Amino acid sequence: MTTVRDTSEASAIYHFTVNGEPREAAVPGMRRLLDVLREDLGLTGTKEGCGEGECGACTVIVDDLVVDSCLVPVCQVEGADIRTVEGLSDAEARALSPLQQAFLERGGAQCGICTPGMLMAAQAYLDDGGPANEADIREAIAGNLCRCTGYTKIIDAIEAAAIARDEAIEDDESEDEDEE
Amino acid sequence: MLEPPVVSPASLSEALSLRASGGYRPIAGGTDLMVQLAADVAEPDAVLDLSRLAELKGVSTDGYEVTIGALTTYTELRHSPVISARLRALAEAAATIGAAQIQNRGTIGGNICNASPAGDTLPVLLAVDAQFDLASVRGERTVQAREFWTGYRQLALTDDELLLRVRFAVDRTRHTRFRKVGTRAAQAISKVVIALSYRSDGGVWRDVRVALGSVAPTPIRATATEAALEGTRPGEAVADQAAQVLAGEIQPIDDVRSSAVYRRSVSARVLHRLLREEGGW
Amino acid sequence: MSDNDHDLRAAGEGPLVLTPPAPGRVLVPTRGIAVPAPLRREGPSKLTGQAKYTDDLVFPGAWYGATIRSTEAHARLLGLEQDAEFDWSKVVVMTAADIPGDNVVSIIDDDMPVLAIDEIAHVSQPVALLAAPDKSTLREAKKRIRARTEPLPPVFDPLESDHEFAAYDFGTGDPEAAFEEAALIVQGEYRVGHQEQLYIENQAMIAEPRPDGGVRITGSMQCPYYVHTALKRALGLSDEQAVITQAETGGGFGGKEDYPSVVAIHAALLAQRIGKPVRMIYDRHEDIASTTKRHPAIVRYRSGVSADGRLIAQDVEVIMDGGAYCTLSPVVLSRGVLHAGGPYQCPNVHIKGRVMATNTPPNSAFRGFGAPQVGFAHELQVARIADELDISPAELRERWAYREGDTTPFGQVLRESVAAHEVLREATEAADFAELRELSRQTRAVRWGQAAEAGSGKRSTRVRTASGIGLAMGWHGAGFTGRGEITMRSRAAVELGDDGVVRLLIANTEIGQGTNTVMPMIVAKVLGVDPSEIELSPIDTSIVPNSGPTVASRTVMVVGGLVSKAAARLRAIVEERSGGDFADVYRADARKHGATRIDQEYESEAAVEFDDLTHTGDAYPAFGWACAVAKVEVDLDTGEVRVRSVVSADDVGRVIHPVLAEGQVEGGTLQAVGYGTIEEMKLVDGRYLNDRLSTYLIPTSMDAPEITAILVEAPFSGAPHGAKGVGELPMNVAAPAVVDAIHDAVGVWITDLPATSEKVLAALEAAGGGTSA
Repeated sequence: MTTVRDTSEASAIYHFTVNGEPREAAVPGMRRLLDVLREDLGLTGTKEGCGEGECGACTVIVDDLVVDSCLVPVCQVEGADIRTVEGLSDAEARALSPLQQAFLERGGAQCGICTPGMLMAAQAYLDDGGPANEADIREAIAGNLCRCTGYTKIIDAIEAAAIARDEAIEDDESEDEDEE
Repeated sequence: MLEPPVVSPASLSEALSLRASGGYRPIAGGTDLMVQLAADVAEPDAVLDLSRLAELKGVSTDGYEVTIGALTTYTELRHSPVISARLRALAEAAATIGAAQIQNRGTIGGNICNASPAGDTLPVLLAVDAQFDLASVRGERTVQAREFWTGYRQLALTDDELLLRVRFAVDRTRHTRFRKVGTRAAQAISKVVIALSYRSDGGVWRDVRVALGSVAPTPIRATATEAALEGTRPGEAVADQAAQVLAGEIQPIDDVRSSAVYRRSVSARVLHRLLREEGGW
Repeated sequence: MSDNDHDLRAAGEGPLVLTPPAPGRVLVPTRGIAVPAPLRREGPSKLTGQAKYTDDLVFPGAWYGATIRSTEAHARLLGLEQDAEFDWSKVVVMTAADIPGDNVVSIIDDDMPVLAIDEIAHVSQPVALLAAPDKSTLREAKKRIRARTEPLPPVFDPLESDHEFAAYDFGTGDPEAAFEEAALIVQGEYRVGHQEQLYIENQAMIAEPRPDGGVRITGSMQCPYYVHTALKRALGLSDEQAVITQAETGGGFGGKEDYPSVVAIHAALLAQRIGKPVRMIYDRHEDIASTTKRHPAIVRYRSGVSADGRLIAQDVEVIMDGGAYCTLSPVVLSRGVLHAGGPYQCPNVHIKGRVMATNTPPNSAFRGFGAPQVGFAHELQVARIADELDISPAELRERWAYREGDTTPFGQVLRESVAAHEVLREATEAADFAELRELSRQTRAVRWGQAAEAGSGKRSTRVRTASGIGLAMGWHGAGFTGRGEITMRSRAAVELGDDGVVRLLIANTEIGQGTNTVMPMIVAKVLGVDPSEIELSPIDTSIVPNSGPTVASRTVMVVGGLVSKAAARLRAIVEERSGGDFADVYRADARKHGATRIDQEYESEAAVEFDDLTHTGDAYPAFGWACAVAKVEVDLDTGEVRVRSVVSADDVGRVIHPVLAEGQVEGGTLQAVGYGTIEEMKLVDGRYLNDRLSTYLIPTSMDAPEITAILVEAPFSGAPHGAKGVGELPMNVAAPAVVDAIHDAVGVWITDLPATSEKVLAALEAAGGGTSA
């Protein structure tokens, strides 16, 4: 790996993937990932609520881990795989993901400003095999403040999505067995 | 300055050269520095991005001591089988910091070098007499945890040094407990944070350490309290006495989070509770 | 429609296929006026990140604006100081002298300037405006400009202030005589602190100059017509020149009722001066430090109980801290004093209140609007009386709570829709209140019965937490107080367009509570069509009439009433001339007859009009009723309070949409739990100390209790489907329920909110000498 250096006059070019697509940003290395996403790449789905890593509205997934993008300088995501809320729904079929669908059906979003960050925290939890268990779900989203919902229906939605994920896995497995 | 220039060296030797050349503020996970930059509390000429330095990563043990790279994140501490086996209290401390987003990025080296008096891993490190390996172009040296924080956000680290790793001895006879009291269950800076560590010598407590954060300008060892517990088999009377000594020994302050009165009282009460739980009475 | 997509009401930017839920897993709520209830209309847009909040919008060539604020609480403003070594030609600076219209933020009184002239009345008061073409120039300039001042003595204590914004004094019967007769008198002084609304989207406005010399505002707000009125006044604009549009808004809770006018005026002044759009987006620190909050209050309460256990006398004094300027204080105080007696029948009541000026940032609207403050006091009084009399607090409230036909202290007869007993029963049964209260009593007897002291240094008991269960009731007048609606004369419209589409024209905003989903449901029900056939017009003052602000839990009850009437009239017209059912003929009718628009203005149906001066009469069309039961665990070593669960039974008159209504109860309950426990706002020299998200703490998912919302329906004949409003009612009950639960657990009364661990521990240690029952 080579050293990457920039000065405020000459930015380096940083490369990463966003929702599976290769992107780049010719910006100062200390520019916040949040600003790169929102302003340079036009992906305004990720929100700024506090700028100090307390509210989680800016949550994105970097290399499978949830982070507050307001605290990540872009020089540290060189080569990384970044996922944002724009990547959750199926662009081809234009359908909501199972998690988004669960939020919609169960009232998990009210004003919606915490929702993108909340969805990313929930998605990372689900991808990691997080169980359909209230205490674990509460811990997984403890870094995402919501002022509207009391968290009740958010937890219901994530729990429902976890159950749906487990059932889909069982269905896949029984299909595989059938094929064997 | 909102976006100071940054260099991201690929090797430790390059990082140390840059550090020696002066004016570089190191960044690890960014969970402290990025907040300081946003609030104009920090205005460095330039930033030294440590995130690519493989030499600072990894948790390992050779059976005699545990070595933690400075860039080890709180999540990594929580998931490390070595930490789980050898110093569970450190994983517990890591679990109380922020929430998932912060734990995935924040590092133990950052916690140590940010030197907040409320740093949650710091009392645990003090309680196990951790050693900090520092490096510069001049070479490596080791500083004990209890000598590292010299004043409010002041370190024994010189301007040309970087923290490489943290080491502590493997000691199967040592028990270490941790408790943090914050305003809420997650994402809370501690009001009181305490680590209690001792070796059990057939039920008699030896080499007792009582370390606290948020009650002084630096994390501290409560040496008078330790003396009150040294060589005892803690029961109710000893616990009452130790709690009283601790209450008298610390000089906490009022601040935005809590009051001196509360911190003093709760430190004593939490110690008493830990003693009871460890003592089994 | 410009290139920047301002179609901010679109349900989504492209056709998104919603995967139908798998059979067997469909949630089919069986209540509400449409079954199944429609999904949140703008849900897909919010869930995919497509919804555009103000800061998401792109305005090419826009400058960035900032407000320069005072750092002192009270001072003479001598002028502005600008550092010489900065190139000021790159930026624009404006002061009071540059305001074209009236230097007033128009709301009730005209006391608050847009920019300070020669006196500073609070920390963070706007003194000047600054704009720059990019963020880093703005940041640099902001550091190099400040107010030059001469300090004046500040007043921070409302009890020491001699500047009164409003006062009320009313009552019924003869309380002093009744106190003479009372077998028990309980009195107390209760204090509640500031509370920050903490909407997760900060205040944000973007102003664009218009070719006609006016300004177009796009922003985060609850009340576009409040902004419209204020903008016209400050910039000297006509109705048409001032155009206000609401962008997707990330929460309000009252914090975006009147404060947005300030932000909008600031952005507009700069935009007019520069001739380009100006973005004024607050960061969290500025937002907490400068914007309006819940009024702190001191409530002095005396209650008299007869020998046979009747509530026979109440004497209440309410003192609120309004901050430096009037804003909505008279109305907050009004609602506060009107609710101060609590939901209890009492024949002899005297209530007086005043709201005073202090040199702190002005306070204003926050969900509950005076009722949570007095609610804490009246519930703790009842709780303490129950404790004194050794009667169950549920049983005492059962005896005292209002019934249909009772009369309030301000002389309103509660003619219908009184569900106090129902909510009490529902909540206490669902939460097993009686059983758990008895269990606490037994546990306390065992634990404290052995002369081990609760809070002292002796910590002999092994179990270091204590559980408790607590109860509180409340009420909330639906809609504006007194003559508010009459004065406002709201207007709404329903239109069958010439394109055959039915549109709703209202100025009431979606801020998360579900306006965009329930208002089409209400109209659709009247017209006999599916809600999806009703479109919403953009919230744009050049398009929709002034149907009044989105506050006071009035949207469904009052504006829903207007659009129901308009829809009924439209239906009658179309069916009459086209024959058949509206649902079948409306499109053809539009093709044949062109557009038909029906406007409906508010008409009062109050039996007894409210008299502002004497504060007597029908204060509200109807009341909502609520009861909360909270379970807590108190850590005996640290005083930490963990709220484990809250059951909240809320009478909303009629449930329009069950998921949305539950959402309001759940959210309001958690805000009230925060108010009661961890949302502490400290001040030093008139400046908020907890001015960041790391220091002003709201509950995370790990702090939040399990919340059970029970929706009760006692329909009100004067509202569409009987609905009375749901947004604020839940806010009034959870905090006193938590404090009652703390007492049940550890025997101490916390009379000063929030019940922080510091206060609980101090109370435990003070009580250390005795044991609690």
